[in-house]
Amino acid sequence: MSEASRFKVWPAGEWIWEIPPSEKPGMRVPARLYASETLLDQMDPGVFEQVTNVACLPGIVRAALCMPDGHWGYGFPIGGVAAFRADTGVISPGGIGFDINCGMRLIRSDLTEAEVRPRLRELVDALFAAVPSGVGAHGFVRLSDADFARVMVEGAGWCVQQGYGWPEDLDHAEGRGALPGADPAHVSARAVERGAKQLGTLGSGNHYLEIQALRPDGLHDPGVAPALGLDSPRQVLVMLHCGSRGFGHQIGTDYLRRFDEAMPRYGISVPDRELACAPFRSPEGQAYFAAMTAAANTAFANRQVITHRVREVMARVFGRDPRALGLSVVYDVCHNTAKLERHVVDGESLELVVHRKGATRAFGPGAPDVPEAYRAIGQPVIIGGSMETGSALLVGTAHAMAETFGSTAHGAGRTMSRHQAKRRVHGGTLIRAMEARGILVRAASTAGVAEEAALAYKDLAAVVDVLHRLDISRKVASLTPIGNIKG
Amino acid sequence: MIEDVALADCALEVEATDPNDLFETAARALAELMVDPSTVGTGLSRVIALTAVRLDLLLYDWLSELIYRKDRDREVFPETHVRVEGTGPCRLEAAARGDVLDPGRMALRADVKAVTFHQFAVMAIDGGWRARLVIDI
Repeated sequence: MSEASRFKVWPAGEWIWEIPPSEKPGMRVPARLYASETLLDQMDPGVFEQVTNVACLPGIVRAALCMPDGHWGYGFPIGGVAAFRADTGVISPGGIGFDINCGMRLIRSDLTEAEVRPRLRELVDALFAAVPSGVGAHGFVRLSDADFARVMVEGAGWCVQQGYGWPEDLDHAEGRGALPGADPAHVSARAVERGAKQLGTLGSGNHYLEIQALRPDGLHDPGVAPALGLDSPRQVLVMLHCGSRGFGHQIGTDYLRRFDEAMPRYGISVPDRELACAPFRSPEGQAYFAAMTAAANTAFANRQVITHRVREVMARVFGRDPRALGLSVVYDVCHNTAKLERHVVDGESLELVVHRKGATRAFGPGAPDVPEAYRAIGQPVIIGGSMETGSALLVGTAHAMAETFGSTAHGAGRTMSRHQAKRRVHGGTLIRAMEARGILVRAASTAGVAEEAALAYKDLAAVVDVLHRLDISRKVASLTPIGNIKG
Repeated sequence: MIEDVALADCALEVEATDPNDLFETAARALAELMVDPSTVGTGLSRVIALTAVRLDLLLYDWLSELIYRKDRDREVFPETHVRVEGTGPCRLEAAARGDVLDPGRMALRADVKAVTFHQFAVMAIDGGWRARLVIDI
């Protein structure tokens, strides 16, 4: 039982907790949380309030879910998953977030930590210069309106056509780097103006570009790791965490405002205005889905352009062709989306609008849209931790398909606000302390570094252990940061 | 700033003597999330006009406009002079003073994404006005 919850939270299995619909007027289904007792205790009161609010939305099936990294967001909790019937349910921008298709990409290399260490400062400085970050940064790609419309539909594929990537990169991305259903006609001119110059930029907050090492104690499943390209001791990898930038933020802003006005027409009332929603099959719902998908595809393109920059920089620093360095994409995965998926609910196969907000798709072996190379082991799941403690690579499971609509966690999850973190640690001091521990940091904002200190986050290993033990994803490797570029 | 609300974002409570002051103070708070205002010039001026059906939506649109300009034009406005007329429908005219973003001479903070509707409220209080905002960072 969590002391933070004003609701009764019942154990519903080992490390599974439920809040029954009787706990809050309007709940249509239970709320279900996946956490150890320690992680449940670390969840703030907002998580319980928000996950029970989500359980009130029209058309929700089975349960409103919260992953072990859950924390207080806006609308949905971060770590929230909810599936709504496509025929009678709703779509909610607050269930996706403003940073549409914020996600992770992992790039492997043939380089070892011993080879990279002597050039690490040069590498971090060069990446910081090549990948714009921080407030209002603009990228190097110049898009005409026609180009941008193609990016919205073709996503990472457009980038590969322009030479910003390799064809096989698309094989290693959720939805091959472009989700179906995008329609630029439903995107405002303001969104285009806001995002037109930001392709290839990182942003700020918890977004990063990180150089990581696979240490011997980080290899959890040596049987699966080679299939994911993790095949040498002390191998170096590069991880990206970023999204659709101002373009997606503006689409979220536009449609939240529109849904706020549309809800009375559909007779919908919500417990939190940020949960503004519309029937998925309504004109507003379909327009948002088309615009949101355009933003998701732009996020794939953003990570693809950054990948291109990473390859250029590493080729220059190490004096070898990117292919000779083995810089191939392991996978690219979204953690802020709504997608049309088919799942079995109470024995019936239903078309559902699966909202994942701060939650990662984790499809198991043999599931649709899992690349051929990973069909036998399950979809790769990339979970970003704090900049001090590292990240994790897992794979999806068949059990996740049955238990969580094929979903898992996305990060460590915050335990304190940004303001609190800045009071506890100074950004400059933290950068020096991390350097002393072998992690070089370049940041557009030192205050932003303090906000992302490890002390502001839960223990990622504890989160991953819950996922592994509950078999909603299986851990393969833990990755240790050695260089970090932050906005 | 309000602690322990929407941990990954930034929750603010803004108090002011009247709607004009409320909009100016909220704009200042927003600018302070993005940059250290002491490092930002005020040589750039823009005139902004907006309308909305209610005062709370006008505040939402006002702050969203400033965020939009941050990304489109790379401009931030720590100083604003705002005149709000009406409470519903209502309109705003603002003279905004600020600078073009330049990491070389400015202390940058967070790249703000959006104003959320989570706990969003604008209310008259004894002797003034109050707004509660959660800003997505």
